[in-house]
Amino acid sequence: MIKKILLLGGVFTASLFGAMDASTLYWASDAESDAPYIFHDINDYEKIIGFEVEIVDSIAQKIGKKTVFVQNDWDSIIAGLQRGHLYDIAINGIDVTPDKQRFVNFSIPYYITYYQLVVRADNKSIHSLADCAGKSVGTLKCSNAYQYLEEVGNVDIRDYTSEVNGFSDLKIGRIDAVLFEAPIDLFYAEPDTSLKKTGGPIGKIQYAIAVRKDDKLLLSQINRSLYTMQHNGELRKILERWKLWNPYTAAYLNDYSTVVIEPDGYNDFLNCFYKNISWAERFERYFGAWPFLLDAAWMTMKLSFVSMIFAISLGFFIAIIRVYGPMPIQLLSMLYIEIVRGTPLLIQMLFIFYGLPLIGVEFSPFVAGILALGINYSAYEAENYRAGLLSVHRGQMEAARALGMTHNQALRYVIIPQAIRFVIPPVTNDFISLLKDSSLVSVITIVELTKAYQQLTTNHYDYFGMGILVAAVYLLLGLPFVRFSRWAEKRLTYRYMRHKALEKKKIIF
Amino acid sequence: MENSKPLISVKNLSKSYEGHKVLGKISVDIEEGDLVSIIGPSGCGKSTFLRCLNCLEIIDSGSVVIDKIALERKSANEPISDDFHDKAHQLRQHVGMVFQAFNLFPHKTLLQNVMLGPLVVKKEKPDIVEEKARHLLRKVGLSHFAERYPESVSGGQRQRAAIARALAMNPKVMLYDEPTSSIDPEMVDEVLQVMRDLDKEGMTQLIVTHEMKFARDASDYIIYMEHGEFIEISDEDEIFIAPKDERTRRFLRNFM
Ligand SMILES: Nc1ncnc2c1ncn2[C@@H]1O[C@H](COP(=O)(O)OP(=O)(O)OP(=O)(O)O)[C@@H](O)[C@H]1O
Ligand SMILES: [Mg+2]
Repeated sequence: MIKKILLLGGVFTASLFGAMDASTLYWASDAESDAPYIFHDINDYEKIIGFEVEIVDSIAQKIGKKTVFVQNDWDSIIAGLQRGHLYDIAINGIDVTPDKQRFVNFSIPYYITYYQLVVRADNKSIHSLADCAGKSVGTLKCSNAYQYLEEVGNVDIRDYTSEVNGFSDLKIGRIDAVLFEAPIDLFYAEPDTSLKKTGGPIGKIQYAIAVRKDDKLLLSQINRSLYTMQHNGELRKILERWKLWNPYTAAYLNDYSTVVIEPDGYNDFLNCFYKNISWAERFERYFGAWPFLLDAAWMTMKLSFVSMIFAISLGFFIAIIRVYGPMPIQLLSMLYIEIVRGTPLLIQMLFIFYGLPLIGVEFSPFVAGILALGINYSAYEAENYRAGLLSVHRGQMEAARALGMTHNQALRYVIIPQAIRFVIPPVTNDFISLLKDSSLVSVITIVELTKAYQQLTTNHYDYFGMGILVAAVYLLLGLPFVRFSRWAEKRLTYRYMRHKALEKKKIIF
Repeated sequence: MENSKPLISVKNLSKSYEGHKVLGKISVDIEEGDLVSIIGPSGCGKSTFLRCLNCLEIIDSGSVVIDKIALERKSANEPISDDFHDKAHQLRQHVGMVFQAFNLFPHKTLLQNVMLGPLVVKKEKPDIVEEKARHLLRKVGLSHFAERYPESVSGGQRQRAAIARALAMNPKVMLYDEPTSSIDPEMVDEVLQVMRDLDKEGMTQLIVTHEMKFARDASDYIIYMEHGEFIEISDEDEIFIAPKDERTRRFLRNFM
């Protein structure tokens, strides 16, 4: 029931060549989702747990497959499924809606739930959706709850990407209520004495597993397995373990019996989550997070370095043709720079990874990440180089040409060596900012440092300690590069300024 | 003179910038070994003329022949052929150019500055090139400054290094565009002396200059230029004592 998380190891190299192992069920989810869906075990960061993890394990066992977990951002989880060659199914509190059904098939539901209003414990004015008029209410973006709130009218709706942030804003009074799915309330609002549920269930949500349209065989295997689980009590046992059993699901499964099953998962979570821990335990926790963070940091570093090398080379080429190429090519490279600089990196990344496969161009997540980051930054690097090239006096080119050098020789031996010194500081700057921008790759199934941080913080809100830890790792990653560029800059400058400096000293003494 | 064929032969050279005529149908022959000074008011096209001789600017029409390499163009509308580019490239290797602003390569030592041309263009062996470069630096009086960077030597020394750099390519002709104009007065003579020495060795040299004394003492003859035309080509003494043209007289009056 516990999965080892694979960071871009075999899965992605395998999926790069479309060679996903047929005896394995690749399933996608966002480990940043909160309890009880799927989250990192507080006691062992290498493990992810949750009721959906248990359901997948049980299904896989029934159809005789191993499981491999593939991380993807919740926002792009359907896009990734549709794209293919990444994972076979998606299970992540996805409710069945007609617009999603246009793109993917859904299994029979494995859980029925509803939306629930939560307010501060001292609130006396909100008892129903209608009472939300004139108030500010938080909800998840792109959820049906958003629509319900809109129908009330005159509600100040606040979008959240994570429920955790919604609850903390509610507690400090930034908003008056939140409308989230009931399981989340069960784990984060009910145990909290400063919050309370208000009003009855709103709407009806059916969670089901998403499968590609053309994957008919897999869909029927999953449905058969779920059907078995529904009837042999296995599904109920999982739901009860996480204290999720409710009248809606009972009605759906036509199971009104009373059984006593200890909510172990729920209790474990509460014990960890709401326990005041000592500093020693806290450090032990950080220590446990290291292997996971190191893997993520390694990914961030690989991505950043390879992208930067790519950006520097491509940018260099573009700058040269931008400055010295024939007119039409100059215009083209200008166009390239403006388009690439003028559109958001996130959109470029989604386009390359989820858009291009539609026309048959498919890259592995890592390669797509490198391409998006590299292409985006190449535009900035090109501008850096252009400024560097233009800052070299034109007399230098003339002198070189007058010596009989060809244009390329003059560039190579005279212009570029001088330009490089000018561009080291801005290029260093860009590398640092690329290091941070690399966090956007979480939308294309890669777990890097920022994503790891988000996953680790959702299960115990330790934004403070984890924040410092991750910030330190970022600094450590950037530092060697900064040191190197300072050194290079100094070296290149001093090589021909040194004598002047020495001479000045002579005058002083 | 038994060898009557001139080393440099310019015929009907014209050049305009965006319809503004800078050089109009200039024709001149220059014999091997001559030292020629070109004088004239600012903006009359002296630099442009020199730059046309080694194709830093491409002529609109006319012809330039230097050491049997002939560049010819019928009109500014004629597309520039690959053949023209090839010849221009060849020609530059036979013509040395010295600039008012030195244009030494700041990221290289004086020695490396002198060596770069032969290394890159002629692909000669580094040790041979270095030996030759050191010899040239000695010749212009800079043997002690070989490892210095341009930033750290005086203007006169920089210009002498620039001359050595041009000489390293074994040019047939040396062109100087106001070589002493950015140099402190007390350093001017050391640069002019290098040119005098080269003249003795038989180098063909064209110098755009405002150093009237040098022009008068060292030149074989002097060209007076105005509005993109050669107004007068005279003996160095003649032009100062009895200029043939009224415009030359007016110009020189300001200098005397
Ligand atoms: N690249 C250019 N584009 C347009 N006009 C130019 C260009 N270079 C020179 N000119 C013009 O051509 C004319 C001749 O310039 P040139 O530099 O040859 O004069 P000069 O005799 O060398 O003057 P100076 O003694 O000031 O150096 C000037 O009017 C100048 O403005
Ligand atoms: Mg000039």
